[in-house]
Amino acid sequence: MIKVSKFIVLFLIFVDIILLGYILIGNSNISVLNPQGLIALKERNLIIIATLLSLAAVVPVFILTFLFAWKYRENNSKAKYDPDWDHDTKLELTWWAAPFVIILILAVITWKSTHELDPSKSINAGTKPITIQVVALQWKWLFIYPEQNIATVNFIQFPDRTPINFELTADAPMNSFWIPQLGGQMYAMAGMGTHLHLMADAPGEFAGSAAEISGRGFSGMKFVARTSSQADFDAWVQSVKESQNKLDLPEYNKLAAPSENNPVVFYASAEEGLYNKIIMKFIAPASPDASQGGPSGGNMHMQGTEH
Amino acid sequence: MMAFIFGKLTFAALPHQWYTLGATFSIAVGGLGIAVILTYFKRWKWLWKEWLTSTDPKKIGVMYIVVSSVMFFRGGIDAGMIWLQQALSAGGSHGFLTGSHFQQIFTAHGDIMVFFVTMGLLFGLINYVVPLQIGARDLAFPFLNTLGFWLYVAGAALINLFFVLGGDFAATGWLAQAPLSELQYSPGVGVDYWIWSLQVSGLGTLLGGINFLVTILKMRAPGMTLMKMPLFVWTSLCSMVLVISVFPILTVTMGLLFLDRFAGFHFFTTGFGGNAMLYTNLIWMWGHPEVYILILPAFGVYSEVVATFSQKRLAGYVSMVCATIAITLLALLVWLHHFFTMGAGADVNAFFGMMTMVIAIPTGAQVFNWLSTMYKGRIRFFTPMRWFLGFISTFTLGGMAGVMMAVPPIDFQVHNSLFLVAHFHTMVIGGALFGIFAGLTYWFPKVMGFRLNERLGRYAFWCWIVGFFTSFVPLYILGFMGATRRLDHYDVSTGWQPLFMVSAAGLVIIACGVSLQIVQVVVSIKQRKQNLDTTGDPWNGRTLEWSTVSPPPFYNFAIIPKVASRDAFWEMKQNKKSKQEKMQYEDIYMPKNTAMGIYVAGFVFLVGFALVWHIIWLAVAGLLGATICVIIRTFDEETEYVLPAAEVAKIEAGRNTNG
Amino acid sequence: MYCRPPKSRKLKPGEIQMDKHDNNDKTIFGFWVYLMTDLVMFAALFATFAVLRNNTFGGPQAGELFSLPFALSETLILLTSSFTCGLGILSARSGDKNKTILLFASTFVLGTAFLAMELSEFSHLISEGNGFQRSAFLSSFFTLVGTHGLHIAAGLVWMGILIVRILKRGLTDSVLRKLTLLSLFWHFLDIVWIFIFSIVYLIGVI
Repeated sequence: MIKVSKFIVLFLIFVDIILLGYILIGNSNISVLNPQGLIALKERNLIIIATLLSLAAVVPVFILTFLFAWKYRENNSKAKYDPDWDHDTKLELTWWAAPFVIILILAVITWKSTHELDPSKSINAGTKPITIQVVALQWKWLFIYPEQNIATVNFIQFPDRTPINFELTADAPMNSFWIPQLGGQMYAMAGMGTHLHLMADAPGEFAGSAAEISGRGFSGMKFVARTSSQADFDAWVQSVKESQNKLDLPEYNKLAAPSENNPVVFYASAEEGLYNKIIMKFIAPASPDASQGGPSGGNMHMQGTEH
Repeated sequence: MMAFIFGKLTFAALPHQWYTLGATFSIAVGGLGIAVILTYFKRWKWLWKEWLTSTDPKKIGVMYIVVSSVMFFRGGIDAGMIWLQQALSAGGSHGFLTGSHFQQIFTAHGDIMVFFVTMGLLFGLINYVVPLQIGARDLAFPFLNTLGFWLYVAGAALINLFFVLGGDFAATGWLAQAPLSELQYSPGVGVDYWIWSLQVSGLGTLLGGINFLVTILKMRAPGMTLMKMPLFVWTSLCSMVLVISVFPILTVTMGLLFLDRFAGFHFFTTGFGGNAMLYTNLIWMWGHPEVYILILPAFGVYSEVVATFSQKRLAGYVSMVCATIAITLLALLVWLHHFFTMGAGADVNAFFGMMTMVIAIPTGAQVFNWLSTMYKGRIRFFTPMRWFLGFISTFTLGGMAGVMMAVPPIDFQVHNSLFLVAHFHTMVIGGALFGIFAGLTYWFPKVMGFRLNERLGRYAFWCWIVGFFTSFVPLYILGFMGATRRLDHYDVSTGWQPLFMVSAAGLVIIACGVSLQIVQVVVSIKQRKQNLDTTGDPWNGRTLEWSTVSPPPFYNFAIIPKVASRDAFWEMKQNKKSKQEKMQYEDIYMPKNTAMGIYVAGFVFLVGFALVWHIIWLAVAGLLGATICVIIRTFDEETEYVLPAAEVAKIEAGRNTNG
Repeated sequence: MYCRPPKSRKLKPGEIQMDKHDNNDKTIFGFWVYLMTDLVMFAALFATFAVLRNNTFGGPQAGELFSLPFALSETLILLTSSFTCGLGILSARSGDKNKTILLFASTFVLGTAFLAMELSEFSHLISEGNGFQRSAFLSSFFTLVGTHGLHIAAGLVWMGILIVRILKRGLTDSVLRKLTLLSLFWHFLDIVWIFIFSIVYLIGVI
């Protein structure tokens, strides 16, 4: 009796999982499965393909497990008992070969898709791309638009159907920049520049988050990515240029100090070459003119001589 | 002057927060309680002579399991606090934990569960079972065995010490990624506690790895070639190969981090040329093989359990051995899949992704071999077999998630999300922990001499499996909803809270399962007289451990068996061979007890403690003490004693008349 | 009830002890396994050095800091010590106590000389401001070479103890086993040094 109920329960669990599949595909709150951007769309399709391929192996395993557990239970006198049977070469070959084939297919897909969806690969969409430089700080995101010469904290806006080139670095412990509805994440690390290319399908507002722990306040390190039409974007850039704040070096040093749950801030202009300066201060000692008590670079120097 | 004597230690390090006070209180009460019981029953000398200074791997194995079980409760309480915080902390509410405290809890949870619970339980099982299964009396190096155990205990003491002195643990995640773990971003002693508790216990693990490897390769009974060993021995061997291959990397990485923090070196700092990605590579070169170290012995347990409870030979022995070796080698070639999102470039990412998926092939072959062991068997559904079926149900799904994440572009969308968290918990709980439970319930009669209550075991299993799915399926969904891991707070608008609450309910069910397991042990002890294992072979087993009495005599085998085939004991039973062909006993040399392991580990504990607090004189003293103890030990030429043949005969005869 | 196990006895010349429990075989094999773990540790340090060797943070590179003749002398000293160590084992196996002590004492002296040279190189670098805190490159150099030096120091302590034991108890089979382990350790360190010399000094300077 107990054994019957066990099989029923396990079977129900299995069915639940299948049902979940339906729920997941439909629910719009499930960002990864409801992409709003080109990259995320391709990544979602990959998820579906990989799931189906794996199920080709997993489903037989489940069926066989329940079947054998049921049929060959001890008090089933009808089942044949063959205690010395322990080997069949044909079967062995089958269950080494079948997963091998599935993995081979998946491996080919992996090779192609990894190259196609390489985050540092630019997106060709006909429209001129926009560059946004991302600096992960403790515990907020600084965004610099080098071509427009504006900067923002915890908010970005860009036109839809336009490729965005993100260049990422950090002035903080490693972090990870992620807008799930638009595509996969990319790490932002001090002393290095990484690249991510995304593109949104249509106007909308998307949640962005920090996916790598970087200290006490990292859970508040959220940002908003808004896409709009080109005209709206230009208007927005104009409005940012009219704000009172300027992101010069002293202002940057203040910003880089640890703070949590920062509100959105707009800067009408940014220090020239700020992004590169932030990277370089970790690679070579700060030269007198650039540093001006540059935050961590200056601190680093003091840290090193402390001991 | 004070700084010289006490280093960085000040009165501020004494417990003054609610959780440090609570933990210190529990430790004190627990310790006092044990001391009172021991004094009341006058068992101090017994404890010292019979257990603490023992070199018997059976005793050491039991001690590993006891200490690991205690650490399991701490890790479990940590898990409960994580669940509760995440279920409550949405929108206006911020739960009951501060961000930094929450981060310390999940860091401790991960380290305790991996290093002190899973590794400890597995080392316990391997210590007890492997010598019996290969027909040996002991491990190759009995002193290293006790030293390794006590180093493990010293590490466990260090990871709990911060409650009493220091108040802060690392808040960096279980692997203390640089540069977050550097002094600049983690200025307290937390990361130093992390480093030294793991260095000390890691040293114990490495010694154990060398010990088990040499034992399996050099001390098998005559006739037991490698291809006649039980699968549990094979998987333990391969797991230990991984241990000796990669634990030195962990030692180096943590050592370099400590040099950065302690002496101003610049390996992983954010300036002066430090390279944090180097830390990531090194730590995962250790970290990925580590999870295979955890899973391989569990696979070995499943092989034993499936064969025994299907009353049939394990199918495809050669194939299983090849699969195990393949997994061992592949484990060393996939570490980059832990950081596809670091921008390594498509060629590198694709290579590691493909290598990662390849592991599914030998793993799948193993699953199919287990299933064909069940085919045309006569399956008895005792608790160990249930755990195996629970493993199949969970591990295959978790493995599916893993194969998915092995595709780098997919990983870009799920890395560091709760999808990842659900995946690895499925593997560790569904794979390793269920395997440990199967092993513990399978070998319990051998260790204790009586059987476990089956009904309670059944109920515990069901609670675990239902609780597991209730806890972790929501996490898979949350991952797809964009929920990242390690968040101490999130917005209500994300819609995540209901799923977190379902997950928390799952933990309650698991807690019921754990309670039932405790009750099971208590009840079984009370009912032991009715459930005595009189034959030594309660399951009609196939391997050599079942040929001894339960529990086995301290020398395991009065006469070392001669082995002619796989499933050596089964063959003996079929051929109706008597367990001793000739009653010709010989003198047996057994290792003496020794307290040196405790002393050396005690000094090493002091070194770790001193380095955390920068108390240089104490570190030097501890190092000297440990070295001198080791040197004294090497001068000791009389580490064995002889059990004369007549004495052996007497013990065996006494058992035969009683049994 | 428990008798004492047989005491160690002196070996006849040319005799190699086969222990009742084949302790030699197990112990020596186990020590090889330990040496392999030590090798993995050094490999990790080499990998670290390789990654960080150009991260000088604006400071001097290897070529400007290291003296090849100096490193070559260290190498020759260590190689010679390996040679005397090997000869020492041979004479131990043939039972010649005095020759064994002489040869291992020579090994000890050479090893100490090596260590002294290394320490002087370190203190020279530090006094010039090129210590381990200067840059990642220097951190990794000091750690790799320093770890090797620590192993040499440990080997010297071990050697000293064994020389004393030979003086006191002669060439028993247990002492011979320990000498074998020590010589394995010493040769292993010599091999690691060859790699250090090649990768750190030669490639760095040339």
